[in-house]
Amino acid sequence: MIFIKSTYNLILVSIFALLLSACATQKAAKIDSQIQGDVYTGTDTVEYLADGVPDRVFFATNESVLTTASRETLRKQAAWLRKNSDINVVLEGHADERGTREYNLALGERRANAAKDYLMTYGISENRISVISYGKERPVDSGSNPLSWSKNRRSVTVKAN
Amino acid sequence: MKKIKFLFLLITLIIPYKAIALIEVDITRGNLNPLPIAVSALYTDKDTNDALKKEIKIDLVGEEISKVIENNLKATGLFNPLEKKAFLQKPDVAHLKPRFEDWSLIKAQALITGKVEFKDDKVRVEFRLWDVLAAREMLALAFTTSPNNWRRIGHIISDKIYERLTGEKGYFDTRIIYVSEEGPKTKRVKKLAIMDQDGFNTKYLTLGNELVLTPRFNPTNQMVTYLSYFRNLPRVYLLDIETGIQEVVGDFPGMTFAPRFSPDGKKIIMSFAKDGNSDIYTMNLENRIVERITNHPSIDTSPSYSPDGKFITFNSDRSGYQQIYVMKSDGSSVKRISFGNGLYGTPVWSPRGDLIAFTKLHKGKFYIGVMRTDGTGERLLTENYYQEAPSWSPNGRVLIFYRETKSNSDGEGFSAKLWSIDLTGYNERLVITETDASDPSWSSLLSN
Repeated sequence: MIFIKSTYNLILVSIFALLLSACATQKAAKIDSQIQGDVYTGTDTVEYLADGVPDRVFFATNESVLTTASRETLRKQAAWLRKNSDINVVLEGHADERGTREYNLALGERRANAAKDYLMTYGISENRISVISYGKERPVDSGSNPLSWSKNRRSVTVKAN
Repeated sequence: MKKIKFLFLLITLIIPYKAIALIEVDITRGNLNPLPIAVSALYTDKDTNDALKKEIKIDLVGEEISKVIENNLKATGLFNPLEKKAFLQKPDVAHLKPRFEDWSLIKAQALITGKVEFKDDKVRVEFRLWDVLAAREMLALAFTTSPNNWRRIGHIISDKIYERLTGEKGYFDTRIIYVSEEGPKTKRVKKLAIMDQDGFNTKYLTLGNELVLTPRFNPTNQMVTYLSYFRNLPRVYLLDIETGIQEVVGDFPGMTFAPRFSPDGKKIIMSFAKDGNSDIYTMNLENRIVERITNHPSIDTSPSYSPDGKFITFNSDRSGYQQIYVMKSDGSSVKRISFGNGLYGTPVWSPRGDLIAFTKLHKGKFYIGVMRTDGTGERLLTENYYQEAPSWSPNGRVLIFYRETKSNSDGEGFSAKLWSIDLTGYNERLVITETDASDPSWSSLLSN
């Protein structure tokens, strides 16, 4: 009888443990699916310049290299800008909070210019694009964790007029 | 402190005809035995007190000044001001002739006494510093000024005492300019603010309509340079804090940032960002001539001059990561000096010339540290979740910087505060500000 009871308890504990680990993996998977190679790939903070034209691209820590997904987003922006030749844009470059303020200002400028260069190679005239860096001053997500930081490392294309 | 007594004895025995060795405070090491010091209230007679109470709305100004001195000395970590309740002698008698036995009975090794007078709309404040064990006066001075300056008198007296006891200039009659912060992290409102070094007399210099960052004092006068997003154009500005007049520095077709003055106050050195590349420039404030100092496709920023003006330290990611470099002030002979693990930024040259203070990021932690100007002798003073931007006290003994706390996913728990720490790595202190605060810059001594 004692044996049976303890087995029963063991089974209960195992089921509980299984449930817990399932929760944990689910949560990890959720974050994993939103960050790839340190770059945010989710859609939480993304707004749209037009139907199917996301307004922002994301970067890895300390990087200003455009990912494949970022280039695709910028090609969509370029196509939209070609169709709407009366619209000018401001590219706002941002960094996460894990860097020194002045370096982050420079990094934000470098990120926004990476986006600008790409738009220009797709035929958008330089005088339709201006660039501003906010460094780490304007986070979109105020959390202090890798997912929040990945959302904040961004260049956002904003209509200027 | 035993050592001091012993030294005193020894010297009087060996060289009895030379000047008696008086107390001195060693500031080169972390001081675990702060010097017990009695700061007597500065004697103010009843008529003077009544007149000053009417004039500046401060009661017992002599005692208030003594509190300013006590706070200053205590904050250095080098002195231990004793409880006034234990004092056996009245301020007026003590100022004339201290009964040294009474003061040594309460273990005071040094004593400060003084007197406040008020005549022709001016206060005259005199003070004396006494060595209790040697039963001698070490210093006596008097100042005459407008009564509204009573806190500054306390600071100037503190400087004189610090200098007499440590052999180095003080840093009390100084101000801190910083960025006051309020509101949620995603919509932070920032204003330029200035206060006395001890946190009093806070004044706000901008209204918070535009983002402002990184104010720095001119070491030779009361001018300030800072970054403002006025009209959404991030540019370096020059502000006269006496008149409130400000102007843009130079005419650059893009963002200018990370400004600092040259040691003679005649130039501003800063970064200019264009097409994704930040380089270092100077502008001469007299003839407005702009010079390009670095020319490299990497990020070059956070420049700071050596006190003789011959060298510049800055951070650059030309090696792939943010590291500290030193070059001649014309931009030649660039040499990397930081080689430890991690990223290095915000180098600031010590006013004494021998050290560079910096921020280091390693394995998710931020450190404030110092190294020699050739990069050797790296010493980390403090480790935290996030801290950066050290600024030196004018005597090069203390660093002030800002620290941010971690927030949860709702942004709760976030704060930004000013902290100071001794060059020794001891005496870390929160600097109290009315609001959250960042980007502190320490002024030179206001009186010299």
